Amino acid sequence: MAKVLVVTSGKGGVGKTTSTAALGAALAQTGQNVVVVDFDVGLRNLDLVMGAERRVVFDLINVIQGDAKLSQALIRDKRIETLSILPASQTRDKDALTAEGVASVMAQLREKFDWVVCDSPAGIERGAQLAMYHADHAIVVTNPEVSSVRDSDRIIGMLDSTTEKAKGGGKIEKHLLLTRYDPARAARGEMLRIEDVLEILSIPLLGIIPESEEVLRASNLGAPVTLSSPDSPPARAYAEAARRLEGEKLEVTVPVERKGLLARLFKGKS
Amino acid sequence: MSLFGSFFGRSSKTSAPVARDRLQILLAHERTGNGNESDLLNKLQAEILEVIKRHIAVDQDKVQVKLDRGNSVSMLEIDIEVPEQMRPSGRP
Repeated sequence: MAKVLVVTSGKGGVGKTTSTAALGAALAQTGQNVVVVDFDVGLRNLDLVMGAERRVVFDLINVIQGDAKLSQALIRDKRIETLSILPASQTRDKDALTAEGVASVMAQLREKFDWVVCDSPAGIERGAQLAMYHADHAIVVTNPEVSSVRDSDRIIGMLDSTTEKAKGGGKIEKHLLLTRYDPARAARGEMLRIEDVLEILSIPLLGIIPESEEVLRASNLGAPVTLSSPDSPPARAYAEAARRLEGEKLEVTVPVERKGLLARLFKGKS
Repeated sequence: MSLFGSFFGRSSKTSAPVARDRLQILLAHERTGNGNESDLLNKLQAEILEVIKRHIAVDQDKVQVKLDRGNSVSMLEIDIEVPEQMRPSGRP
């Protein structure tokens, strides 16, 4: 049975789109049929991060309004054949997303794919609510930083109250994905500790993605980091997170500092 | 690293624990202020005030209703401040 996954955070810039692309690709690499859906109408970027920006013809809004069939709007990834992307519209606004339209598209996607990964827009408004409404699982992307943790707490509250699952008396499965984690700064007590974020948000940990230049390199190239540099620390962390999503019991790898003492001293001085 | 930190003139106090403490206090407050719950607390406050006013003259802000959510037990705290000179006499 298809699983619908929303990647959400409340706060912008924490890594929702990067994580959607990386996890979508990692899930598809195991041979499952995966679609990544961009819900950020008006500010679409998932196509760009996935390197499919020049192949967009129709989008989610076209499908919702009946101007295109779902199969016309889906773009098949050129690297992994089990991975597809459904782009958002760049020219319309969020009002073009209707609850009925989204419900109908999600029902069709559930029939075609094993995983439907929805990239939520930032904020807590309509776009974010529609992105999470049909989800079975939610990945709450959080940076170890006060405003991100606060916004995540708010989003967790919404996942438990305004989603279809919650309204039916059920519970959405929530997972914490800690991104942009810098082990060196955490060791110096300059960054919220993993245990502190976990205690405050109290949802299970899906993975810890270390801060890495590979992530920017991947988006520059238009490839999910799990494909562009699969052996890099962030790619490994995403791949492990994907395996956990599939139900594998796997110890979470805590990123460790890789710099020597001298490098650390000079960094501290500057 | 606090030893090295102080050598280079940085504060020996780390900022992460401060962040954690601020968040814990803030979120404890915000979690009770969400949606239905705050409606409930407002209603409780209004109705409790109404009952008390029948007997004692108290101000709106002298009745405080607070809900503390715990894992196993939640506590509803009602705080009513009674003005000194307005106390009922108690004598028949």
